[in-house]
Amino acid sequence: MYVAVKGGERAIENAHAWLDDARRGDRDVPDLGLAQIREQLALAVDRVMAEGSLHDPDLAALALKQARGDVIEAVFLIRAFRTTLPRFGASLPVDTSQMQILRRISATYKDAPGGQVLGPTFDYTHRLLDFDLAQAPDVPPAPEIKAEPADTPHILSHLGAEGLMQGEGPGGPEVPDLTRTPLEFPAERALRLQALARGDEGFLLSLAYSTQRGYGRNHAFVGELRIGHLRVSAHLPELGFEIEFAEILLTECESVNQFQGSKTEPAQFTRGYGLVFGQSERKAISMALVDRALRARELGEDMDGAPAQDEEFVLSHCDNIQSSGFLEHIKLPHYVDFQAELELIRKLRRDAAARQAAE
Amino acid sequence: MSDPSLSRRDWLGLIARAPLARLGALWPDDPPEFTWLRKPEVGAMMVQGRAGAVGAAFNLGEVTVTRASVRLPCGTIGHALVQGRDTRKAERGALLDALLQTERGERLQATVLAPLLAAERQETETRARRAAATKVDFFTLVRGEG
Repeated sequence: MYVAVKGGERAIENAHAWLDDARRGDRDVPDLGLAQIREQLALAVDRVMAEGSLHDPDLAALALKQARGDVIEAVFLIRAFRTTLPRFGASLPVDTSQMQILRRISATYKDAPGGQVLGPTFDYTHRLLDFDLAQAPDVPPAPEIKAEPADTPHILSHLGAEGLMQGEGPGGPEVPDLTRTPLEFPAERALRLQALARGDEGFLLSLAYSTQRGYGRNHAFVGELRIGHLRVSAHLPELGFEIEFAEILLTECESVNQFQGSKTEPAQFTRGYGLVFGQSERKAISMALVDRALRARELGEDMDGAPAQDEEFVLSHCDNIQSSGFLEHIKLPHYVDFQAELELIRKLRRDAAARQAAE
Repeated sequence: MSDPSLSRRDWLGLIARAPLARLGALWPDDPPEFTWLRKPEVGAMMVQGRAGAVGAAFNLGEVTVTRASVRLPCGTIGHALVQGRDTRKAERGALLDALLQTERGERLQATVLAPLLAAERQETETRARRAAATKVDFFTLVRGEG
């Protein structure tokens, strides 16, 4: 039975008006500008872009403001907006070796060509609250020294040149797209990487951590972590050539994992891969570890039921919009469903009471 | 600036990446007479990466873009595909692309493209200098008697 229920319009309208009022907060405090969010809460903006799967810092800043700082709500707004945009085409795959490096570190090679560059990192800070920040201090510009032009090849390419790093297959002619075709299992790696790139940072962090603790044993080193600006090219049919139409900030992580070898392949290292919009190394490292865990089947490794190795489990639950959509729908009216359950419980109790009386 | 003039491919990219404020400051001219071939349209381009940086292409996520095309009375056609959602930037970009192909091109190379390029290079240079300042110089502590 379907029962239409109407009513509550005025309550909803007033609730939304209160939401607007609460968002604005104390009117004696200046209204928050989008540029302030974009510039001063840049990592929140980056996370909204990564999980919203749309690179546009101003839009992400607006979403954060509208969502009162609720990151997943902001991601939801971005995803909804994204669906209204016509897709003009796809870029050429980015060549991350051409990235203009802001940060680039390796946990495997101290003397990597191109050097170790720390960039604007929280590492080595003492995680003590800085009460000076409460006073809007003048901040001097970052120190600069002469930059020697240097190539920064991927560090793992050196292992590859020695044949100690498993090569990467070229992939098919069609790039699968989960925004166009629903996920099916088993999913090829390109599809898994797309899902992970827009997946929830917290979920991927926990899964990656679980692999480190022994659920799906694969001990990872961070072969390289790099953050930097990269130009994005596309071929324009009306012109007949490529242009570099955008520049975006990306974080990339390549993990190195041991592989014992198989009948057909010698012992060598394998890679897990993470690539994320914006500056987000926790997410990029997590993505690399989960990507590697999900390669267990293809590499013929022991699958002992670890969650991170179960692609259906990981890919079906990593999207925070899908998850929260289903989770939160249970707060909406289920009056009729519940009535049915209530009836059932009452009937069971009546039947049990009748049986007891008969005994 | 001693740079030779930019190719069309390079100027289309330079304009696409430039912030509107910078473009507007350099080229506040009244727009010339033109007709739209394609009015500015906001959309998205899917950015692709590669598994393991070198392997199979995968879809990373989209980036907002705006495109437009114009025709000048002389018949020259200009296109723009610019980063972001600003229709004015796409309009300016398409007009600039058209004008750069005309006899006004040489002057616009000097008055618009050269400063845009210089500003972009300046940003790149500043980042490189800041990164260089955070490059680690390892040194080894000598232990024991040499």
